[in-house]
Amino acid sequence: MDFGFSQEQDLLRATARKFLENECTSEFVRKRMEEPAGVTDEFWSKLAEQGWLGLVYPEEYGGSGLGFVDLTVLMEEMGRAVTPGPFFSTLLAGLTILDAGSAGQKKEWLSRLAAGEAKGTLAWTEPNARWDAAGVTTTARKAGRGYVLSGTKLFVPDAHLADVLVTVARISEGATPEEGIGLFLVPKGAAGLETKLLPTMDQTRKLCEVSLRDVQVDGDALLAEGGGGWPALSRVIQRATVALCAEMCGGAQRVLDMTTDYAKIRIAFGKPIGSYQGVKHRAADMLVEIENAKSLTYYAAWAVDERVPEAALAASMAKAYVSDAFRKAAGGAIQLHGGIGFTWEHDLHLFFKRAKSSEFTFGDATYHRERVAQLIL
Amino acid sequence: MDFTLTPEQETFRADVRSWLEQNIPREWTRRVMASSEVPRPEAYEFLRSWQHKLYDAGFIGLTWPKEYGGRGLSFLEEMVLHEEMSLAKAPPILNVLGVGMAGPTIIAYGTEEQKQRYPAKILSCDEIWCQGYSEPNAGSDLASLQTRAVKDGDHWVINGQKVWTSLAHVSDWMMLLARTDPTAPKHKGITYFLLDMKLPGVTVKPLRQITGDAEFNEVFFDNVRVHESQVLGGVNNGWAVGLTTLMYERLALGFGLQTRLRIAVDAVIELARQMEKGGRAITKDAVMRQKLAQLWIDTEALKYTGARAVTKLLRGELPGPEASTGKMGWVETHQKLQEIAMEIQGPYSQLMRGGDRAVEGGVWQYTFLRSRANSIEGGTTEIQKNIIGERVLGLPKG
Repeated sequence: MDFGFSQEQDLLRATARKFLENECTSEFVRKRMEEPAGVTDEFWSKLAEQGWLGLVYPEEYGGSGLGFVDLTVLMEEMGRAVTPGPFFSTLLAGLTILDAGSAGQKKEWLSRLAAGEAKGTLAWTEPNARWDAAGVTTTARKAGRGYVLSGTKLFVPDAHLADVLVTVARISEGATPEEGIGLFLVPKGAAGLETKLLPTMDQTRKLCEVSLRDVQVDGDALLAEGGGGWPALSRVIQRATVALCAEMCGGAQRVLDMTTDYAKIRIAFGKPIGSYQGVKHRAADMLVEIENAKSLTYYAAWAVDERVPEAALAASMAKAYVSDAFRKAAGGAIQLHGGIGFTWEHDLHLFFKRAKSSEFTFGDATYHRERVAQLIL
Repeated sequence: MDFTLTPEQETFRADVRSWLEQNIPREWTRRVMASSEVPRPEAYEFLRSWQHKLYDAGFIGLTWPKEYGGRGLSFLEEMVLHEEMSLAKAPPILNVLGVGMAGPTIIAYGTEEQKQRYPAKILSCDEIWCQGYSEPNAGSDLASLQTRAVKDGDHWVINGQKVWTSLAHVSDWMMLLARTDPTAPKHKGITYFLLDMKLPGVTVKPLRQITGDAEFNEVFFDNVRVHESQVLGGVNNGWAVGLTTLMYERLALGFGLQTRLRIAVDAVIELARQMEKGGRAITKDAVMRQKLAQLWIDTEALKYTGARAVTKLLRGELPGPEASTGKMGWVETHQKLQEIAMEIQGPYSQLMRGGDRAVEGGVWQYTFLRSRANSIEGGTTEIQKNIIGERVLGLPKG
């Protein structure tokens, strides 16, 4: 047993931290918040040069061929820098194509995603805001050799930037909601496809409404085997959830670091505020929760990477715990900073808002605790 | 990152598993099992023989050196052992302070003679140890302790009082901190003694706790003469000896706590399956499902945080922040567990042992009340947070 990172992973972490400290400064993040794109071409090409856009894709598809734990390391550092842009949304598209795509589909898309030549996203959730299979009401009607997609997708990350939208739609009604779901590659600009960028509380995460009005796709746009898309989607969401947890851990650690740094220099009543137990104890609480959050996340990363049977449980345990821990850490950080922490100028609100948007991505703590309950009770 | 074991380690796991299957006493019922941490008074003799059995089989003190009764194995085997004990729902050990603290401290600071004399008997439970640290006016501020030791020839003469001394009434030996130089700064004039509880002048008076049991005690010293060979780690060096609780000890103690917690979580879920609320099983209640799931998650989080700390030790690295959070996390989770056990029982939570309507013989009422001490004993949660704030986060002292 070895529950730690390898030297290569430590090196990846150090490289990513240095890169993001230089390239993803507070000034950079704030500029991206103001713009629809949320990323610059220059930044995107640099991510591609590092090999990070295709980190977990096999080398034959232009990827770096690394494992899921490596991705966790990178995600944690990205969270630490509250990195904006379509990295995660593109990863969602790539992971789905990697899991469910044919060799031809993988060849077509993964190499372009890895090279930074294309961006993607996953158009899954809908206005009903459900994370289960019954939430998929968008339809895919068979028409000739292809399909016609109709419905509305909501909370779709970076759909306005995506060259390909991996779209979840119901091909047929089955005995259970999980049956009859298909995954479709919908290219940007398809007739009847409309994306609308929505104002978001977390401006570092761009969310869209996607309308599909009789969007026609070819038969080869379908991933996986016919209506067997749900198991593939579940696997992808499980992995993406763990990656998101890692990003959240990085953000949580960063706000704790900011808070302890501040508590050492901010003087009140003649002493640094960190010497008062009211401040010290809250910081200690944050540390305990963040360390536990990391432990569950790292374990889940290993579990999904190895595809062990308890991977689903591990992923839900992590998301439940991390959702609470990041929210509490970010809220606690604002409290311990006092008024300065409530200003727009201070970076804490970027993390506070990221904590909130991440909390409700792929299921909040309540949702995942119920999933855990289903597995243990 | 790898959670697989080597073939040798798998063999060790199989050995432990089959031994436990064959040796866990039949009278170890579910009812006693729910006693999740500190041994209950009525089980002392049973637990003493259980620990002796573990010792004879070589399944205690795994990381202690062979020459002092241990097996010279790594923390990995220790972890595997405790995982198997959790799965088998094994009874706890009685000599918990001896195994968790006295033994490792003696091995770290003792003379060769002391190391030959004490550790093996600690493991076998032939000699039970208690911890003479707290005094009426020295709790969290332990260094202000006032029990005096004055040199007289080749003996030290002890006078004073200890309090909240768990297991003193059944102990053979005490880890005693006493002031040997009252003129020195308070941390500098303390000495660590290995005290024979049968010496003339030692008086143990049990204190009744909120559980109704008398499991901890007051201990009085009236001109108790202790031979100078009983000093551990040098005169006036007691603070370092007593409080340099090596990370190893904390981890070993942590494994035991984790094991008891895991067993208690399983027991509380079993309880939830059997109890009803509003005419249906507690496990069908949406709110209780949330609480039970969180309990499970918190318990697993502690386990994996412990595993990260063990990995650092196995790699020969210094333990990081993850090693400091265990006790506090365990306390919070265990107290929450006991509250949930009460909530599951609803109005039945009011019924104590002694009546035939009490759930599972009233054992949960005992463990619920007993858990209140968890955040006080072994360093209060407030002190733990100071330690984390100052030593891990580097915040200034108050």
